[in-house]
Amino acid sequence: MTDKTMTPEQVVARLRSGMTLGIGGWGSRRKPMALVRAILRSGLTDLTVISYGGPDVGLLVAAGKARKVVAAFTTLDSIPLEPHFRTARQSGAVELMEIDEAMFMWGLHAAVNRLPFLPVRAGIGSDVMRVNPALKTVTSPYEDGERFAAMPALRMDAALVHMNRADRVGNGQYLGPDPYFDDLFCEAADTAYVSCEQLVETAELTKTAAPQTLLVKRHSVTGVIETPNGAHFTSCAPDYDRDEAFQKAYATTPWPEFAERFLSGVDEKAYQSAVQTWHEEQK
Amino acid sequence: MTTATTVSRAEYCVIACADAWRDNGEVLASPMGTIPAFGARLAKRTFSPDLLLTDGEATLVGLDGTPEGWLPYRQHLTMVTGGKRHVMMGASQIDRFGNQNISCIGDWSKPSRQLLGVRGAPVNTLNNPTSYWVPKHSARVFVEKVDMICGVGYDSAAAAGPSATRYHRIPRVVSNLGVFDFSTPGHSMRIASLHPGATVEEVRDCTGFALVIPDDVPYTREPTAEELRLIREVIDPRGVRDREVRS
Repeated sequence: MTDKTMTPEQVVARLRSGMTLGIGGWGSRRKPMALVRAILRSGLTDLTVISYGGPDVGLLVAAGKARKVVAAFTTLDSIPLEPHFRTARQSGAVELMEIDEAMFMWGLHAAVNRLPFLPVRAGIGSDVMRVNPALKTVTSPYEDGERFAAMPALRMDAALVHMNRADRVGNGQYLGPDPYFDDLFCEAADTAYVSCEQLVETAELTKTAAPQTLLVKRHSVTGVIETPNGAHFTSCAPDYDRDEAFQKAYATTPWPEFAERFLSGVDEKAYQSAVQTWHEEQK
Repeated sequence: MTTATTVSRAEYCVIACADAWRDNGEVLASPMGTIPAFGARLAKRTFSPDLLLTDGEATLVGLDGTPEGWLPYRQHLTMVTGGKRHVMMGASQIDRFGNQNISCIGDWSKPSRQLLGVRGAPVNTLNNPTSYWVPKHSARVFVEKVDMICGVGYDSAAAAGPSATRYHRIPRVVSNLGVFDFSTPGHSMRIASLHPGATVEEVRDCTGFALVIPDDVPYTREPTAEELRLIREVIDPRGVRDREVRS
């Protein structure tokens, strides 16, 4: 079987400016941050980012990589408002397709199932329809005749997700409490890249964990990237919690200063090392 | 047990939130905010023992933390559309018909203050009972018209038609001053009860639209001795409630 392992740089080399990227995780939880950081180091621009948004959105917006965001929220969880997303919205620097959490989910399901849309009892009556004038409604063909929002498929050029473990052929395993929507992101995309805390042999995956933890299936995966601590500073339960101190620094340090210190290195190792040095200084 | 101790404003708020889940049966109580969370726990410990609660993540838990189910986001959203849930959300703005905003302040296309985003408010309000909690009642929150309709109010649901109104219900709004509902002919917000110590004038001054004020405004009910004991000794022994609402 094909060995799909690659480096973050090899992932970025397969992406193009103007692409629509889906990013898994939720808020400031299990975000594929190492892959996001690789994008920040690249020349990619003009991206559309589909995300249950956290610092992935904030970073891509702050660095001028994202032209458009599709989201129901953008939050750092323990810090409710994402500072860079706020700045970008308040200055009008980024386009937003603001939809409800359930509409988002049905958009993923539609894309996965190769449907143009799915009906959802959400959106109508709210200003989601006003601020997204392209959103249409659909009337039930049955006796009830009910009218619903027709949530368009959220089809993506590429998806990025982060797992606790994966094998070389693209089977991804989550060991935390919530799968979020990462399997759907992978299946809704033409290509999908799975970073993981630890790359293991296939047989290792189920030695101590049940088969239902195998969330992402290899047929929907293009590349596998081993990036220990790759969700930093978001959480990756049970491997590690959110780095609250560092997240606070991210949220309060002026962007140029933060970017210079932590994101200007040549690779992910340089980032991890800069973070380690920062933590030493805090002691 | 109970002597003639004074009930704090925060404790009336916990009671008022708890009562939102009374007689709800076997549904998920989804509290957002500290005092609604205490209210949900109080309701489950007393008059609504069948309520389901989560640990704030993906696990359904009993009052002692014992897991009894798995509820990741995707199943949580299904519980919303299935209607087996009563959420109490926050509101950065709310208007007389219960339209709620947590997305942004100002013009949506270039807001003066970007907030959280619509989150699940549109789906919540059309599918399961949605109540609101406002810890600081002011005319900046209780506005004539919200800047962005996230949670759908009665007038907006009616305008959107039967599939919006079919399961739409806003049982109550609880603030630090009182309890409000929409039990008026036009579903305009009215004072359902005042927390003891608050006055109609105070509420009127802190509200940016004309509330419906009944001839006799009752006070929010007193907690029982057992409820007070549970709040003070079991649910919130460290007094966190007093930091969200001061007396």
